[in-house]
Amino acid sequence: MNPAFSVIFLTTLIGVGQGLFLALYTARVLVFVGAIALPDSRSFFVLGSAISLFFLASGLTASFFHLGHPERAWRAVMKWRTSWLSREVIVLPVFMLTVFLYGLMCYLGWQSGSNRIAQGVVETIGALAAVLCIVLFICTGMVYASIRFLQEWASPLTLINYFLLGSMSGYTLAAGFSAFLAPHLMRMYACIAFSLIVISFMTRVASLYRNARIRPCSTVQTATGIYHPKVVQKAQGSMGGSFNTRHYFHGKTRQVIRSVKWIFPVLVFVLPALLLAGSLSDIAHPFLLIVTFVIQYVGLLAERWFFFAQANHPQNLYYQQVS
Amino acid sequence: MTQLALVIDLNVCVGCHACVTSCKSWNTSGSAGPLADANPYGADPSGTFFNRVQTYEVGQFPDTETVHFPKSCLHCEDPPCVPVCPTGASYKRESDGVVLVDYDKCIGCNYCSWACPYGARELDEHRKEMSKCTLCVDRIDNEALPKDDRKPACVMACPTQARLFGDIHDPASEVSVAIREQGGYQLMPEWGTRPSNHYLPRRKMVIQLQDDQAGRVDNPLKVDGKLLKPRIDEPALDDVTSW
Repeated sequence: MNPAFSVIFLTTLIGVGQGLFLALYTARVLVFVGAIALPDSRSFFVLGSAISLFFLASGLTASFFHLGHPERAWRAVMKWRTSWLSREVIVLPVFMLTVFLYGLMCYLGWQSGSNRIAQGVVETIGALAAVLCIVLFICTGMVYASIRFLQEWASPLTLINYFLLGSMSGYTLAAGFSAFLAPHLMRMYACIAFSLIVISFMTRVASLYRNARIRPCSTVQTATGIYHPKVVQKAQGSMGGSFNTRHYFHGKTRQVIRSVKWIFPVLVFVLPALLLAGSLSDIAHPFLLIVTFVIQYVGLLAERWFFFAQANHPQNLYYQQVS
Repeated sequence: MTQLALVIDLNVCVGCHACVTSCKSWNTSGSAGPLADANPYGADPSGTFFNRVQTYEVGQFPDTETVHFPKSCLHCEDPPCVPVCPTGASYKRESDGVVLVDYDKCIGCNYCSWACPYGARELDEHRKEMSKCTLCVDRIDNEALPKDDRKPACVMACPTQARLFGDIHDPASEVSVAIREQGGYQLMPEWGTRPSNHYLPRRKMVIQLQDDQAGRVDNPLKVDGKLLKPRIDEPALDDVTSW
């Protein structure tokens, strides 16, 4: 596939937004069970929700650049019964609404006030948003994992990686963000982010391992029905390429692909893990965590680019030779 | 149930691209809007086509065969491109099984083309809508056309009649007979999409000709006069009598 930057930004940005909300909700749950002290809810939960919303809205905006007719985008809610893309299109705005409501209620002080009903409403909205957050991860992952022709994606690992990588980036951001607003939570977030880095490193490497050993179901023989060991395309029926060549071939050299394959794990996993470990020492500056997040996000862009570039569509068998 | 489809005879196709040009000319002039043509006379031409003729070389030189391979939407009986469409723009017509795109509903997200293993869908560069072969529904439904012309433009244009059109669910139709009797097959059967369009394979066309077949021993020009000439009311036998 030829990676589209609109989709790369969509999936990475909403991943950060979702992960950050999960991080906020973790703090909320821990406060609820009495494991930690309530952070100053006005600034922490309100600003946290606002930042999460900012990432989600940026991702949503990026997705519009993928469409040929953005003005008709509302129609994409119609086929939620059969299409994972439609489900994603529905869940993302609803999730954003719940995050907005959650932030708004925290801003109004319902969370820490004496009004029990208001407190119950905040807890319900928060739980609903957390559920929608997980559902959105599933929808996003299934958009890719449900296309059985793209064998590199048609695996539960796709779903797991979308969930883990998104959460990981969100918790890394939460660590940086809490260093300024709720320093007593920073250590917890950094530890969770570190654990997620380790786990998602393993699952992402597992998918790399799997994809390196995929045997394509389709061959030029099954594509043409000519079962001769040597069938070579001499002309694909266009003289200067077509949608099929532009959309499904990245056109990069093998070296570029191979280097991105080695660069993204360093940026996403290795460097952030080292920086997070370093930031746990007392002398580290909180700003270091923000740098960690930025490095990791750049790495995630490369990771998503590679995710798309690696997928080999069976239609490519029909488009081997421009002449 | 009706399932309209094309059956393409690879044994007969000569790769003249007449089906490509007639398809483009009919469909770019239709009510759905033109098909993009970017830089058509330049060095890097690019445009939307519903049908393309590809060419494959089979075998090792010098023992090779060239196979011309027309490819368009196969109108699968279980089309994977339809359920993934988020807007419902992509659909399979109940009445005759043609897979179509409602261009007014298409948002141009490309997701249906990801779900097509055959690369049969092309996003039109100018209209920004997904477009594909319609089996010329505006011809086959058009009652203003004479009955014999209610066929896809590619079928009408093919000079060698390599393209047959009909209902593959009717066992007596021309296409069903051709599939049954000439080994018609589907592309990429491994995905279970059950394409309606079928291809007839290349066949070895060798005629065993004996000497006596080349020059008939009973060549009428030479021997007719010697044969019996029965009376007009008697039965006549070929090659035996002169009538």
